Amino acid sequence: MARLTHPKRALSTNPLKSSAPLGAALAYLGIEKSVPLFHGSQGCTAFAMVHLVRHFKEAVPLQTTAMNEVSTILGGADQIEEAIENLRKKSSPKFIGIASTALTETRGEDVPGELKEIVARRTDFAGTKVVYASTPDFDGALQDGWAKAVEAIVGALVPRVTERDPNLRQVTLLCGSHLTPAEIEELVRMIRAFGLEPIVLPDISTSLDGHVSDDWSGTSQGGTPLEQIEAISRSAFTLAVGEQMRKAAQMIEDRAMVPYRVFQSVTGLKPVDAFVRTLMGLSGVQDPPPSIKRDRARLIDAALDAHFHTGGLKVAIGADPDLLFALSGALTSMGAEIVTAVTTSQHSPLIERMPCEEVILGDLGDFERSARDHGAQILLTHSHGRHAEHRLHTPLVRVGFPIFDRIGAQDACRVGYRGSRAFLYEIAGTVQSLHHRSRPEDFGAAPIAEEFEHVPHATRH
Amino acid sequence: MADALKDKIADVFDEPACGHNVNKSEQQRKKGCAKPLTPGAAAGGCAFDGAKIVLQPIVDVAHLVHAPLACEGNGWDNRGAASSGSERYRTGFTTDMTELDIVMGYGEKKLFRAIREVIEAEDPPAVFVYSTCVPALIGDDIDAVCKAASDTFGTPCIPVNAPGYVGSKNLGNKLAGEAMLDHVIGTVEPEVTTPYDINIVGDYNLSGELWQVKPLLDRLGIRILGSLSADARYRQVAMMHRAKVTMMVCSKALINVARKLDERYGIPFFEGSFYGISDTSESLRQMCRILVEQGAAAELLDRCEALIAEEEASIWAELEPFRPRVAGRKVLLYTGGHKSWSVVAALQELGMEVIGTSVRKATEEDKGRVVDIMGDDKHMFDNMAPKDMYRLLKDAGADVLMSGGRSQFVALKAKMPWVDVNQEKHEPYAGYMGMVDLLRAIDRAVNNPMWDELRAPAPWDEPLTEGRVLPAHSGACPVTGVSAGMGRPVSLVPPLPPAEVIASAAPDVSGFPSSDTDFEDC
Repeated sequence: MARLTHPKRALSTNPLKSSAPLGAALAYLGIEKSVPLFHGSQGCTAFAMVHLVRHFKEAVPLQTTAMNEVSTILGGADQIEEAIENLRKKSSPKFIGIASTALTETRGEDVPGELKEIVARRTDFAGTKVVYASTPDFDGALQDGWAKAVEAIVGALVPRVTERDPNLRQVTLLCGSHLTPAEIEELVRMIRAFGLEPIVLPDISTSLDGHVSDDWSGTSQGGTPLEQIEAISRSAFTLAVGEQMRKAAQMIEDRAMVPYRVFQSVTGLKPVDAFVRTLMGLSGVQDPPPSIKRDRARLIDAALDAHFHTGGLKVAIGADPDLLFALSGALTSMGAEIVTAVTTSQHSPLIERMPCEEVILGDLGDFERSARDHGAQILLTHSHGRHAEHRLHTPLVRVGFPIFDRIGAQDACRVGYRGSRAFLYEIAGTVQSLHHRSRPEDFGAAPIAEEFEHVPHATRH
Repeated sequence: MADALKDKIADVFDEPACGHNVNKSEQQRKKGCAKPLTPGAAAGGCAFDGAKIVLQPIVDVAHLVHAPLACEGNGWDNRGAASSGSERYRTGFTTDMTELDIVMGYGEKKLFRAIREVIEAEDPPAVFVYSTCVPALIGDDIDAVCKAASDTFGTPCIPVNAPGYVGSKNLGNKLAGEAMLDHVIGTVEPEVTTPYDINIVGDYNLSGELWQVKPLLDRLGIRILGSLSADARYRQVAMMHRAKVTMMVCSKALINVARKLDERYGIPFFEGSFYGISDTSESLRQMCRILVEQGAAAELLDRCEALIAEEEASIWAELEPFRPRVAGRKVLLYTGGHKSWSVVAALQELGMEVIGTSVRKATEEDKGRVVDIMGDDKHMFDNMAPKDMYRLLKDAGADVLMSGGRSQFVALKAKMPWVDVNQEKHEPYAGYMGMVDLLRAIDRAVNNPMWDELRAPAPWDEPLTEGRVLPAHSGACPVTGVSAGMGRPVSLVPPLPPAEVIASAAPDVSGFPSSDTDFEDC
């Protein structure tokens, strides 16, 4: 049972969180032929885009309504209309996801109302779905913006049904912002192994997985097709990964009577067991495919080999609540101790369930200070943690967003039996990479007498 | 086998200080104590391995293995002997004999050149040249090469004659000791000697174990003059003849060295151990007593007692917090030698139950102490077949196995905690402070929350209670293009009894086409 502490300070040093609109943009990029559009000044977009590009090493079609002084005062509806028109001309997206920013939210615009009016008036916009999420920078973190964008997509595109007509082989997989493309792929693989067909929302595993396509397009390179979002109403079940996806799952239930289950973590033996058990129930498969069983047996062996390194390991971790919960749960189940947990958003019921005493709502300054005070032996956070890594001489495992000083962040997989195994190896490998050679002084022993040392011939004169 | 080597082996087998040997008849003694190894059922290293284990921790020496690649290539840098100085001992030097070297008899020349190169590159205080099976078989005379090289280069080159085929690891330990006695010990004089100079023989400073004890010696003003071979420098081995007492740490491995130091230089020796609290105290007492007999001031005894009293009190206080975390846990000890009993007392003191201890490689005296500590000999065994050990652990006859690396996986695969107490371990458990590390390791092992998770049944071990009817697959596999309806129709759904249809709109499916196909791999 963890308690949440708010450091008493005005100064934030080395931010840990990324902003909510960025999270929304990332979610929108998981929709096919989409362009995310920030309703704000163009700097909001430029920073977010650079952030995304540095992480994914991909061109990111992020656009802006480019609010100026006049439109900021008089209202930005015209800017939105013009942006949609220009985007349609330039890259004919099927989907435009708008995320508000601190600027427009501080002014206080009725974007949903104005958008309704625009769409009704501009019948030529019919070929493009436009979705809006309110994501002020000043509230919550990346995962909150992501969640709001997914809720906006569900609210706009999943039809309400009055009678249930489920396709019993179809399930909806709602992915939280903490899942990498490789992790979505792994969950899809497991679901398919049970003979079920998932609709993934949002699906960055086909848009931001890092692939070269045959053509240049000004929209996302893949993602969930709009027809599939519509078909969500016929899914037998919703598998929501990450507590942040609970509300979206509830909305689907309200609109289409699809039952759901939230998986707060799919990293570590027990959480994955729960996921697999659900898939067994959904598919009626009592005897899972050999690959699933084999992967479980291999995870157990990995745990046996890794526990020598994870037992008693002092861990400092800084991440959005869902990622923090999943990784710290997997580590504590292996005997590690979370001595420092720093998170970005207070909007998560998971915080009080974190397997540590205290969760700091803070920044990497708090992270570094606490890690030092508690003698952390390993750090887990995003790339900006490298400063703490150097100063504390403690190795850093890069997790979360952004990871800009290593390539292949989209390929890291820490979910499912396979990903959990890789995660344990990653941690144990990092622990072993510390070349700690014992020295006499470690034990308080005096050094050996100089008389015993060999004097090389070269210096013997 | 060369005659010199044959004589040497006969000599180390006829060890008057060895308890086994003393109890033998004259005729048995002549046969030596080479236990014939059983083909197909032998485990453990060869004589070369044994020689290397004893000598490699001498940190500033260049250890050159005259052999085809396997001997050094498969075995270098594999032990955790720690050094406070040179790291040269971790470098793998070998002549890497090839087919041509063997057929053409180039071995000796190649060895000589290798010695030259290693001296030029490293300028070590000495080069230890290890003979192995192949050069011994083809008759390479490493003694002659070493002599020639020593004369030519001025750096001592020491032949270590313990080719693998002559016998076990234990024999190799002794042959390595002989090489030191013949060529190294007594070749360097210390600048000064004190009445507080000791030799420690048979400790290898694994993970720094010597340093857990050294602060105690530092406080008593005792100097480790000679070491074979914990954190040793070549010069320390060469000066061993000037110490006042020899402590034999691993009672069997180097008994010949201790006895001959006594015989040749009048240095008395005693057997002791730094594993366990009472053992550490007892070893310190004995060491001080002999030093005083040899001329040290008698007040050393008082200082020793005061130190022991202080250290014991403080260590028990440090161990106390572990009591609630380990009390009542059942331990199976599978080590051997003096470790059979030296840690038992401390574990029992903290409320752990030692359900069995192996007495392999233990002396009669060791066994006697096991009986003293554990009440009877029912808990003693020699070896336990991995199969039996697996069953014992699996049936939860024990909560933790403490053993060497070889039985590690027997415990782990039985999902049983395991603590490494042999030479490959990564943590030092010696002296008083080492007990805290050992208890911490036990605590960490047995109380890891992982075990409960690992032992819990798999999701598929419990029957599904929820009935679910799914429609048959349709369409074609995107990879193979095979359509689901072809041949034997495919489905993962086993023929469960017709379950209630949960959604009224569910399609009516009668019977499930079944298949062995794993859909993931289709």
